[in-house]
Amino acid sequence: MEFRYLPMTETDKQEMLDAIGVTSTEDLFSDIPSEVRVNGALNLKKPKNEYQLKKELTEMANKNVNLKEYSSFLGAGVYDHFIPSVVDHVISRSEFYTAYTPYQPEISQGELQAIFEFQTMISELTGMPVSNSSMYDGGTSLAEAVNLSAAHTKKKKILLSKAVHPESRAVIESYAKGQGLEIFEIESVDGLTDFNQLEREIDGDIASVVIQYPNFFGQIEPLDKINNIIKGQKNVMFIVSSNPLALGFLTPPGEFGADIVVGDTQVFGIPAQFGGPHCGYFATTKKLMRKVPGRLVGQTKDENGVRGYVLTLQAREQHIRREKATSNICSNQALNALASSVAMSSIGKHGLVQMAKLNMQKARYAKERLEKENVEVVFQNPFFNEIVVKLNAPISTVNEHLLDKGIIGGYDLSTAYPELKNHMLVAVTEIRTKEEIDQFVKELGDING
Amino acid sequence: MANQDFPLIFERSKEGRTSYSLPDLDVPAYDIENELEEAYIRKNPAELPELSELDIMRHYTGLSNRNYGVDSGFYPLGSCTMKYNPKINEDVARLEGFSHVHPYQDPNTVQGAMEMLYDLQTALKEITGMHEISLQSAAGAHGEWTALMMIRAYHEANGDYARTKVIVPDSAHGTNPASAAVAGFEAVTVKSNENGLVDLEDLKRVVGPDTAALMLTNPNTLGLFETEILEMADIVHGAGGKLYYDGANLNAIMGYARPGDMGFDAVHLNLHKTFTGPHGGGGPGSGPVGVSEELVPFLPKPVIVHKDDKYMFDYDRPQSIGRVKPYYGNFAINLRAYTYIRTMGAEGLKKVSEYAVLNANYMMRKLEKAYDLPFQQHCKHEFVLSGRRQKKLGVRTLDIAKRLLDFGYHPPTIYFPLNVEESMMVEPTETESKETLDGFIDTMITIAKEVEDNPEVVQEAPHHTIVKRMDETTAARKPILRYEKA
Repeated sequence: MEFRYLPMTETDKQEMLDAIGVTSTEDLFSDIPSEVRVNGALNLKKPKNEYQLKKELTEMANKNVNLKEYSSFLGAGVYDHFIPSVVDHVISRSEFYTAYTPYQPEISQGELQAIFEFQTMISELTGMPVSNSSMYDGGTSLAEAVNLSAAHTKKKKILLSKAVHPESRAVIESYAKGQGLEIFEIESVDGLTDFNQLEREIDGDIASVVIQYPNFFGQIEPLDKINNIIKGQKNVMFIVSSNPLALGFLTPPGEFGADIVVGDTQVFGIPAQFGGPHCGYFATTKKLMRKVPGRLVGQTKDENGVRGYVLTLQAREQHIRREKATSNICSNQALNALASSVAMSSIGKHGLVQMAKLNMQKARYAKERLEKENVEVVFQNPFFNEIVVKLNAPISTVNEHLLDKGIIGGYDLSTAYPELKNHMLVAVTEIRTKEEIDQFVKELGDING
Repeated sequence: MANQDFPLIFERSKEGRTSYSLPDLDVPAYDIENELEEAYIRKNPAELPELSELDIMRHYTGLSNRNYGVDSGFYPLGSCTMKYNPKINEDVARLEGFSHVHPYQDPNTVQGAMEMLYDLQTALKEITGMHEISLQSAAGAHGEWTALMMIRAYHEANGDYARTKVIVPDSAHGTNPASAAVAGFEAVTVKSNENGLVDLEDLKRVVGPDTAALMLTNPNTLGLFETEILEMADIVHGAGGKLYYDGANLNAIMGYARPGDMGFDAVHLNLHKTFTGPHGGGGPGSGPVGVSEELVPFLPKPVIVHKDDKYMFDYDRPQSIGRVKPYYGNFAINLRAYTYIRTMGAEGLKKVSEYAVLNANYMMRKLEKAYDLPFQQHCKHEFVLSGRRQKKLGVRTLDIAKRLLDFGYHPPTIYFPLNVEESMMVEPTETESKETLDGFIDTMITIAKEVEDNPEVVQEAPHHTIVKRMDETTAARKPILRYEKA
């Protein structure tokens, strides 16, 4: 069997063995104790040639229902948005995707500058002065924000809104165990974080309050009111998880007093790809700049005074600080941050406002049509591009029916909120057409009879 | 090449230029400005750039020309396994049936994706000798933390709350102690001996009833196989601790030895290293975790199961450490690794390790005269040189690394591991030809000669890059982390 990634020839091998002074490559493995040596070959599937393998994997891919062949109303943290063609052309340039972390700035200015631009775009969107170079995803970025708030305030209690993405909350719970944090959840009322409960439970022992904006139900939380409660306490941090597309139209959390703003830039140029990789962002204040997890790119000059970029403030990071680092993160999502940067550049300053508004308008059209069909839209607060509808049947049954009609239905809220039986979270992005929305509404109307 | 500034995308922006082409507004225009309270409507649009589509492509093409990847040239960055990134992987990851699939679709509609994940788990179990695999963790450090949380849960399930310490060798990656700290452990160091291996006497000294785990890379970060691994396993297990395998260096031993057979209870793998998921300029990666039978109940949720010819997500795991990441891990990176494993098979993967080790030993023997070699035994997939001889002549390892840039190479990892003075860690990987290795060897010998005859040329390097050495001190002292309009 020939292997096209392995250039070794028999002649090469012999010359190299001679240079080393051994007779076979086995001699190079003789230090592995015989008790732990693998006897015989590993039991793996036989290798396949390029053509056959691509054919097989294409067949495997075709077993999946995909968002391009169906019209999808599924969101809940992962969205089907328009991706400009330029995105894939840029991230397919192998000078980007086959590079390592830019530790050698002289030959990595391209990557470093692209990240510096990403940091600027995130800073602009969130209204925060500092952004890092990316995190794994929105959920782990939020968990890191919670850890940072506890370390910074030297407190252990967190108030976490139940209107935050259920899987992000689950990740926070897991991280909190490592740090010995106590998480207290704040219920939601009419689709918004329970303001009264928040007011009752907040006190000087709280490290941070965690809110999602727009929240998991698509509703726009009143950040100014929440910030007023938080700022009434001493040394309590305000953490906001935010869909960055919504910030094209909504006032950014930075203007409402947020200390840390995190989220996922999957909405910009990154396909759903069964949940990952997406791209977390992490933005904060100047005060917390030296405690940020992950890599930061800074502008500087070279010996000749030419502007350039380097990884900076590395004393925070694990490879320098080891067990005293602010986080253990090493690899991040650089290539996806690049994809999002290209998408944000392509959509541009005015395009972003327009794209955010398109989402809001199409979602409002869906809401109006559903209500006309007597489908109950349960929360009536200002919202972005998601609404919650109550149906007469379990959502899993509804979605099976919709699938037959070429539609991927919304998220079954009862999986994370048992009290929301028969409630569906419906996402309407800019790529849904009026006809698709009309058909979806008609099907839901029919089901509700 | 002239030193030159490259404009930021914001500096290329011009009011009124566009490159977007958004879907039509085919529904009534709702008056959303009047629906929301004024305080919630953004006053000034975010200052994203305004460029035409060609200008965007020129900008990013220009940036890519100022970057260096494996496809550009040799990248012997130790510990990072900068091997070739196969192109079929990229094609497969872009198939719509994989790329445009939503994690909350009904499992019946994503059986192909789940089959791939399950099949990948099966392959990784066989390669590592572990009992079960979770593909949830996003990267190596995330996998370390995930596995340590499982080890913690295991001890706690036994009512053992006294195990607060994690032992790491002095040669360990920085992520090891950092992950231990994030998982709530105290990191303690075990020393290496004069052969570059873990000092068993020191291990016996630090291990005890407070030991939760020993984290170990094997081969270690010096590229040396820990020959006394079974004794180490006995010492740690004897004290009630668990043995953790950092899979950063798995590229050395595939098909030769398996962490499961060495006594490891938990492992993480770096699919972006050994299994060709590209590094992407720093990510995304994927850091699956493998565990022994005892640790299976503590795996993160959900776990993929195969029952009655159907793939399902099992959330009913009462002892699970919970979720470590939303959804199901970095699927598209896992898919690339799967494509690679299916391309290579058992025979191919064993050849990968054989040639990775052969290449490293060849280079080591060719370079041991020009540079100090602190450890004389055969190495595995990488080796560490010391630049202490050159340092005596006033040239630091950093200078040698910068000089390599002038010759068109990415330098080795430098100043790591920490237990070798002026270290250079070289990992050629199996995908490089002998001609490439010889070219690099000649250059390293040339530089060693320059250090003796003409040290300034090395000290002042690089000479031919688009920028010269950067002022990192000012960057850290007065950080500029975003563009501000003049």
